[in-house]
Amino acid sequence: MRKCKTDALDAVFAEIAKSSLLYIPTDTEKGAEYKKWSDGMKMSNALNTVRSPKDFFFPQTEDLMEFKVNGKEIEVIDTRSEKEDFVVFGVRACDVKSFEILDRVFLIDPCDSYYANRREHSTIVSVACTRPVETCFCQTFGIDAAAPEGDVSCWKTDSEVYFKANTPKGEALLAKLEGITVDADDKDVTAQQEKTREIMKKLPLAELSADKFGAGKTEEFFNAPEWDELSESCLGCGTCTFVCPTCQCYDIKDYNTGHGVIRFRCWDSCMYSDFTKMAHGNPRLTQKERFRQRFMHKLVYYPSNNDGLFSCVGCGRCLAKCPISMNIVKVMKTIGKSE
Amino acid sequence: MANIEETLIPKIGVITDVRIDTPDVKTFRVVTPDGKKAFDHKPGQCAMLSIPAVGEAMFSITSSPTNTEFMEFSIKKCDCVTEWLHQAEVGQQITIRGPYGNPFPVDDEFAGKDLLFVAGGIGLAPLRSVINYCRHYRDRYGKIDIVYGSRSKADLVDYNEIITEWVTDDGIDVHLTIDNAEEGWDGHVGFVPNYVKELGFDTNKTVIICGPPIMIKFTLEGLMTLGYEKTQVYTTMELRMKCGVGKCGRCNIGDKYVCKDGPVFRCDQLEELPDEY
Repeated sequence: MRKCKTDALDAVFAEIAKSSLLYIPTDTEKGAEYKKWSDGMKMSNALNTVRSPKDFFFPQTEDLMEFKVNGKEIEVIDTRSEKEDFVVFGVRACDVKSFEILDRVFLIDPCDSYYANRREHSTIVSVACTRPVETCFCQTFGIDAAAPEGDVSCWKTDSEVYFKANTPKGEALLAKLEGITVDADDKDVTAQQEKTREIMKKLPLAELSADKFGAGKTEEFFNAPEWDELSESCLGCGTCTFVCPTCQCYDIKDYNTGHGVIRFRCWDSCMYSDFTKMAHGNPRLTQKERFRQRFMHKLVYYPSNNDGLFSCVGCGRCLAKCPISMNIVKVMKTIGKSE
Repeated sequence: MANIEETLIPKIGVITDVRIDTPDVKTFRVVTPDGKKAFDHKPGQCAMLSIPAVGEAMFSITSSPTNTEFMEFSIKKCDCVTEWLHQAEVGQQITIRGPYGNPFPVDDEFAGKDLLFVAGGIGLAPLRSVINYCRHYRDRYGKIDIVYGSRSKADLVDYNEIITEWVTDDGIDVHLTIDNAEEGWDGHVGFVPNYVKELGFDTNKTVIICGPPIMIKFTLEGLMTLGYEKTQVYTTMELRMKCGVGKCGRCNIGDKYVCKDGPVFRCDQLEELPDEY
């Protein structure tokens, strides 16, 4: 473990930015957002960024390739290029876990090279939470907000910042900071960790459990009568899917630029009515079916294919952003209750 | 980066022949610009075809893998991509990627079995690949029955191939039917599910079925009445797809992705999935 004084953080950022792009969460009029670091930019102390950091690996829109069309002839142009190295500094424990969930979709055979390229060039510096709030429930999914994963884990106290490398990439990053940091003891952050864990225990969602869900529970929950009431007021706006760090459904579309055709992908939402619409009909005709799909996927289908891992990290963004205050917590508490 | 294979980036295909099958179905022959097959496939697998700025969609490969020269796609005119393809001429380039999905188990479960193919309308397109594969390796299979029906005689896809090739093969019985009687048709008249029941097949057959959902539903019921088990019946599914490799989330039903875990399913496996198809 290494440490530096809190006021040396600017020097840390400057050092990292010498050799790679650096993104940190900073306060904007829209709330905390990841921005490319420039001299003088301050790191936000907000618990969550408004948008999750999935953008770094799975951007909201992304060009995949280009076509040149000449009469009946088509040319496919591979527009992929090697990405630059980049560091994302200040990712919370929940969001760090979301990368593993996305990896299990994009990196399994056949590997998505667009995603893999960004993953390979990234170094993640997490930051431990000290003031979790009432929308937090990462502990439901076995995530410890006081001990975030990532290439480097970081703890901020009033006077100091502590760094611990977890991977070779993290060690390489800390090596660059040797002139700014000094040796520290793992025990130096223990008091902060214990305090955070005490707060977590007292949060309103501390007792929320996902134990009844998981692999192989389709039959048990798919036809639960509670879906009707839960989904009744869902607007199908898709906000939950866009702020969710683990939602990964996408659309592929073409855009005619006038000089060629760009094929791009963009985030999509299973909450939208045309998501499954095709020539011969739509297998999910009502919002209830679409609503159920999203939660069944996170709590049952994804775990079935991924060794029981849930596709939710308890970041609480959907709790804060849903216009009708519907969310995965209400679903977990309600589904199967009548049995 | 450029040397890493990316499944979403397609190859170029050239339409070298367009056959008018029915008033709304055309069969397109596709090769690469240097005249070769774009890739090898197995019976029942699919390919993503696209026209830049129009769209990309998944189609079953209707030609048999034993055809080493080209691939064929029988495509019903619906909207968007299919409508555009229907006005395409020979020489038109499109993009093609694949193959996607699991094939019918032609070399495993089907081997040595009597086969019963049941198709309705454009549902013959994915089965034609299997039928012609089985015809090519005729001695690997027992008796073959094909029940195929459509609205009218004009709506029977691959009619010429059926009457000039399939019916003349030894050990293959073709049972055609159309919904309503019409002049010039002396064959059976009636819906496919009823015809299957009337024909009353032995229950030792392996059944491969594809057609409109309502046809599949009633044919399955009929087969169960005849004494068939769901483990003897295979079908192929259609859901909206974008990536074709189980990542975009669109064709997810339960813990399965139709593009990679299907499109071929055995009916007992299908029954374990939520009813969302």
